Amino acid sequence: MMDALSDLLGGFADALTPVNLLFALLGVLLGTAVGVLPGIGPAMTVALLLPITYVLEPTSAFIMFAGIYYGGMYGGSTTSILLNTPGESSSIMTALEGNQMAKAGRGAAALATAAIGSFVAGTIATLLLALVAPTVVDLAIGITAADYFALAVLAFVAVSTVLGSSPLRGLASLGVGLYLGLVGTDVLSGQERFTLGIPQLSDGIDVVVVAVALFAVGEALYVASRLRRGPVQVMPASGPYMTREDLRRSWKPWLRGTALGFPFGALPAGGAEIPTFLSYAAERRLTKHPEQFGRGAIEGVAGPEAANNAAAAGVLVPLLTLGLPTSATAAILLAAFTGYGIQPGPTLLTTESTLVWTLIAALLIGNAMLLVLNLPLAGVWVQLLRIPRPYLYAGILLFASLGSYAVNADPLDLVILLLLGGLGFLMRRYGWPVAPAVIGLILGPIAETNLRRALAISGGDLGVLVETWFSRIVLALALLALAGPIVLRAVRGRRSTPEELQEGARLRHREDEREVRR
Amino acid sequence: MPLTRRSFLAGVVAAPVLGALAGCAGTVVRPGDLSRLRIMAPASPGGGWDTTARVVQRTIQSSGLARNVQVFNVEGAGGTIGLGQLAREDDDALLMMMGLVMVGAVDTNDSTTRLTDVTPVARLIGETELIVAPPDAPYDDIAGFVDAWKADPANTPIAGGSAGGTDQILAGLLAQAAGIDPGDVNYIPYSGGGESLAALLGGQVAAGISGTADYGPQVAGGDLTGLAVSTAERSGQVPDVPTLVESGFDVELSNWRGLMARPDMSDSAREDLIGLVVDMHGTDEWAEALANNGWDDLLLTGDDYGAFLTEEEARVREILVQIGLVQ
Repeated sequence: MMDALSDLLGGFADALTPVNLLFALLGVLLGTAVGVLPGIGPAMTVALLLPITYVLEPTSAFIMFAGIYYGGMYGGSTTSILLNTPGESSSIMTALEGNQMAKAGRGAAALATAAIGSFVAGTIATLLLALVAPTVVDLAIGITAADYFALAVLAFVAVSTVLGSSPLRGLASLGVGLYLGLVGTDVLSGQERFTLGIPQLSDGIDVVVVAVALFAVGEALYVASRLRRGPVQVMPASGPYMTREDLRRSWKPWLRGTALGFPFGALPAGGAEIPTFLSYAAERRLTKHPEQFGRGAIEGVAGPEAANNAAAAGVLVPLLTLGLPTSATAAILLAAFTGYGIQPGPTLLTTESTLVWTLIAALLIGNAMLLVLNLPLAGVWVQLLRIPRPYLYAGILLFASLGSYAVNADPLDLVILLLLGGLGFLMRRYGWPVAPAVIGLILGPIAETNLRRALAISGGDLGVLVETWFSRIVLALALLALAGPIVLRAVRGRRSTPEELQEGARLRHREDEREVRR
Repeated sequence: MPLTRRSFLAGVVAAPVLGALAGCAGTVVRPGDLSRLRIMAPASPGGGWDTTARVVQRTIQSSGLARNVQVFNVEGAGGTIGLGQLAREDDDALLMMMGLVMVGAVDTNDSTTRLTDVTPVARLIGETELIVAPPDAPYDDIAGFVDAWKADPANTPIAGGSAGGTDQILAGLLAQAAGIDPGDVNYIPYSGGGESLAALLGGQVAAGISGTADYGPQVAGGDLTGLAVSTAERSGQVPDVPTLVESGFDVELSNWRGLMARPDMSDSAREDLIGLVVDMHGTDEWAEALANNGWDDLLLTGDDYGAFLTEEEARVREILVQIGLVQ
């Protein structure tokens, strides 16, 4: 533990140079500015901004990246509160209560509790990451190929059954990602698969291109397809920041959200959606003001927002220690690592120790910067939301194309971007969640390689997959995550998904508006 | 104008930088003018080719042999995308870093451009391969390992680097020399020495093959048993580990790296490039770089290098066909 602390202090020493602080600031500002754009979640923000970091040497790039990561998260919550357009499913809960607060003239308080909650949760969770990571690495040395495969299966199941409106759509989206992940050279035999004889495809389709296409291009086309004329209703960030009463009602949800978010993020269990959902449910049950829920309860913003940020830091545990990305954002971060020839995994903490600790220190620094910058800058971000939609989405399309081209400077990537963008539009249109596809793309080859490695080592004996207790438990959890919701549904009737809750809230707005009109 | 990945990215951030780079990147330098030089690393940053290209860049620049040397990366398909690009170049002041892995990659990727389509300049360095066993393995020398391997090749998994690379080629050559069908070798590719290390330390595989730089520290520290090295002479990094030839197996393999230039260049332009490499080879900086990186000095220039390439191509192709990676 003391080692981790001194390593972390070393990381601060590397991150706290004037140049690196500048990159952190730049990352935080860019991350927030892009993250605040409607419909753009953290994963998309990171994918769009990744190419910018390519010009930097690894340390500065990762410091900037840390800023972009947390900045994108923060920007997303601003949009959820002021515009009620969550960029990804983990901010839906924030939108639910936050937008109601903004409508009631308490936008500033909602933004403040989100910002401070994110800061508290981000800081605690990042410190936990620093403490937990070395221990996980020690355990990870004994992890076999079969164990890796089991972990990947759990992540697949969790991400596709939890996200979106139905497990079937989630699994179908995962299938799309797994197929895209097959394109390229087979790791074990060196043979090309599904490359259509195009040499550029022999190393697979770039995850950044896929993420930008499915998220950004799909979203832009979707918005364009149902563009309504007339001004967008942006709530002002009005009212006092936080009263003593607000603080009193917020601090417990912040801590509870952190306690829920970090472990869920650290386990390969689908990232930030479950903990934000659980946090919202918990706050609703524990509150002394149940009548305010659905009409702007500050606990309903504080808890989920803290859970969201804690989970975002938790996701870095499996990423840095095992090389396993369990959220779409982590999948893109993994691509960033490998872009620098750095292979995340059990040896990362020894081979790239300085870089990892600098990254963790930068996360803490970026988090603090966000708090200082964003409360006063909230008004500026609101202005971004007032850009007319046609210009905004045309700009996003341009930026998406530029970014995808920049990854490999290959025109073929633009063709792929367009094709997959069309696919992303259809997925968006028919309610298929996009994140499972991105995870399938990057985690699929990892799962396949480890499965085949395990079978090659065992000489084809399938028993190797359940040889260790670790893989038995993880596979049992995966089975539970797959069958659990179906069983529950049969027993208790349909549960409501985050989307349905949001839909419910929207219906209520309309009723409210009608009442006002009367 | 060929846009490199890095130069383009620079442009995204700062257009003036792009302009400056574009200004020199597309210039066809006059014959004999090597004041400006570009080196292509046909792989991602951080790998062996990229590292070597950057060491060459630093050495040439710091010793004043050329004023302006740029390294750029063209990734993909085991370097054959870079090879294809080199074949379309008309710039004499362009070198491409490559090595043994590209010889195999041309066949495994079915590349339309072959190494004979471009101009060989010089072989520079080599890395010794090291064969290791987990600490609790029932054998502690290569003969003991080969006996166990011969008895049951299918249940003797060998870990190494990516499919068709130097490590798998060595596994195939050793199998051949030991009388095992290279097609029966149970080779488990890992993305790098670090990843296979966990499998070796955990005793999941019977042996591992990688560069001395990857496994050397563990062998020196006693965490892994060094069985043999692949070159004619023992490696300075693990002086106690015998060579394969010493141990009675007629196999010699170095993970060598060299430089190629564009096709159809004039003899004098080629001589200039060779002269530059020989001058660089003579500098103290280069001697220091060899020592720092644990590289063997394998300088071989011009037509001699071309002849070596032809032999190596035949040997690698034969073993890849026997392994079953190439039809």
